[in-house]
Amino acid sequence: MDLTFSDEELAFRDEFRTWLADNPPPPDPGEVADEARNAWRAAWQRQLYEGGWAAPGWPAEYGGRSATLTQSAIYFEELGRARVPLPLNVLGLLLGGPTLMVWGTDEQKDRYLAPILSADEIWCQGFSEPDAGSDLASLKTKAVKDGDDWVVTGQKVWTSAAQYAKWCMLVARTDPDAPKHKGLTYFLMDMEQDEVQVRPLRQITGEAEFNELFIEEARIPDENVVGGVGNGWKVALTTLMNERAGLGFTLQIRLRQLLDDLIGVAAERGLLDDPRYADQLAELHARCEAIRLMAWKGLTDVERYGQPGPEGSLVKWLWSDTNQQATQLAADIVGADALVAGTTWSYELLRARGNSIEGGTTEILKNIVAERVLGLPRLKPATA
Amino acid sequence: MDFGLTDDQRDIQRTARELLADRASPERVREHAEAGRHDDGLWTELRELGWPGIAIPEEHGGQGLGGVELAILSEELGRAVAPVPFLPSVMAAAVIEAAGSPEQRERWLPGLAGGELVGAVAAATDGAAGLVPSGADADLVVLVEDGSARVVTRDEADMEAVAAIDPTRPAARVAAPRDAGEPLAGDVAAGVARALVAVSAELVGVCDRALDMTVAYVKERKQFGTPVGAYQAVSHRCAQMLLDTEIARAATSEASWTADADPDRLRECAALAKATASDAGRSVTASAIQAHGGIGFTWEADVHWLFKRAQIDAALLGGAKEHRARLARFVGERAAVRV
Repeated sequence: MDLTFSDEELAFRDEFRTWLADNPPPPDPGEVADEARNAWRAAWQRQLYEGGWAAPGWPAEYGGRSATLTQSAIYFEELGRARVPLPLNVLGLLLGGPTLMVWGTDEQKDRYLAPILSADEIWCQGFSEPDAGSDLASLKTKAVKDGDDWVVTGQKVWTSAAQYAKWCMLVARTDPDAPKHKGLTYFLMDMEQDEVQVRPLRQITGEAEFNELFIEEARIPDENVVGGVGNGWKVALTTLMNERAGLGFTLQIRLRQLLDDLIGVAAERGLLDDPRYADQLAELHARCEAIRLMAWKGLTDVERYGQPGPEGSLVKWLWSDTNQQATQLAADIVGADALVAGTTWSYELLRARGNSIEGGTTEILKNIVAERVLGLPRLKPATA
Repeated sequence: MDFGLTDDQRDIQRTARELLADRASPERVREHAEAGRHDDGLWTELRELGWPGIAIPEEHGGQGLGGVELAILSEELGRAVAPVPFLPSVMAAAVIEAAGSPEQRERWLPGLAGGELVGAVAAATDGAAGLVPSGADADLVVLVEDGSARVVTRDEADMEAVAAIDPTRPAARVAAPRDAGEPLAGDVAAGVARALVAVSAELVGVCDRALDMTVAYVKERKQFGTPVGAYQAVSHRCAQMLLDTEIARAATSEASWTADADPDRLRECAALAKATASDAGRSVTASAIQAHGGIGFTWEADVHWLFKRAQIDAALLGGAKEHRARLARFVGERAAVRV
């Protein structure tokens, strides 16, 4: 056991920390229209890109730094610690690029990877549908071959970045007669066509991070199939496995900062000596520490021993639960400000409700833990 | 960063688990629990293997290994609910080693390392401790009170056997007059922290066993034609048991590592370990009883020994709330620095 970073890892961290200090993002434009905000985040990604820091985890041949898993996690921790925004094309960098590296043809890698890195082309993810959420493989969007093209019709939901994305990672049903996991194909769909309509979904915070996609006979050339026709489920799993990997370390640090801010407010108000609050704050601190330790254990066990422990399925559950508890406690400690619309605390309180739903609901995560980690029997799904 | 055990540590873990599966079988634990006495045969065997002295320096007759090795053995003995005074003895030794004078260490540690002496430990109020695990057989008790500690021997204190809900480590009530025994003038907090890591590790072992037994049971037990473990009301409870156990395990392994590698952080990490392990011990073993249904409430099922051991350990040297209060002070000190 050695719970310290190696000299190389510390050097990597210090290099990025120094770079961040020397190259801060342009000033936050504040409350402006979405386009201006996105332009700001795109400029920030280009700055990272020019410094060689857009995706250190990518192999050097594709413009990354061939960073180890640990170094990548350090990178995301440092982004969180510096309180800078994530690069605009986070879905392309974390999901799209790595999926293409596994499943893409050489032509696809040549064509798509560089503009992901430079933020010239933004990516979004068209997986979920109104009737296919946790049960993703039951999706209904269909793609029919027509000459050298596929013609796609259907509806997608929870598509973040769709308003400004150029490419959509789209999973559609290409064989309606095959079993539900077998008849799917993974496409790259050009978002810049009239057959794809984007409608923002206003969420409980009032903002619109997500969209609905209405796809009416959109065309996708055959060369934009990723991983082969009928192989879409496997390709989608590659994307989903990348979903929580690096980002978790940024989220974990952000929770730590939120809790530290809350502890700061409690200290100012003399509430740290009040057992009603001290006990709960200490409990949240303990959970935060457990998240940090379990996240690192999960990652380094894979890196060192090639063997993931149970942590992977537990950390996201514990993080979302803890973030919700922390933002809820803030309503008691901060007081009225935490309930005034537009304050950071009220925003966090509302936004946190999404944590236990997005990227796998807590209920689904518990099923995964029960079935795959503990080996409990599956409950047979009710027949439709 | 590496959370794994070394090959030597894995050997210790595997050997301990194999030995205890054989020598501390559920039948044998039950036999001693019902008789309300330690398993002297097992204790003799563990003494011959040098277990009580695993973390005591070689100069005092121990094996001179570290906090991680001590946690490994504590966890395995917790898994087995072994009816031996190992944990109370190693906790007493940890405080004496950290806080005793050279003479005190030389007087007590070789006996504790070899197991000729049985030690026990408890938090005291006005010199009295209401429930000292293994106290019925203890030759000496380390009483911790208001940040200081002293060793009292059997003839210096009033020690009266008391039947604890966990009969696998026959307990005593201890009351010592104000001037009885010998104060330990050194770093009591460091010794208590090492002791807390050991009891936290035992709790992790108790949780792990409770979860194993529960998973095995709910896979087998059928109602409405289906294993009950397929129902989410049951399977999600099991998932929660795993989460609680893993939280405690993460905190405890960090603390066991800091014991030797980063002693400046040991006190805080030990408080974190004991807070999470005390909570996990209670909730996981309670869930084990619930998930076993009616059979879990019977004397003949073995899950109650785990629940009872967890209750005693959770309270030993302070429960979760007390350690969270300490954590709040550590966190508050850092907040004050930031302001």
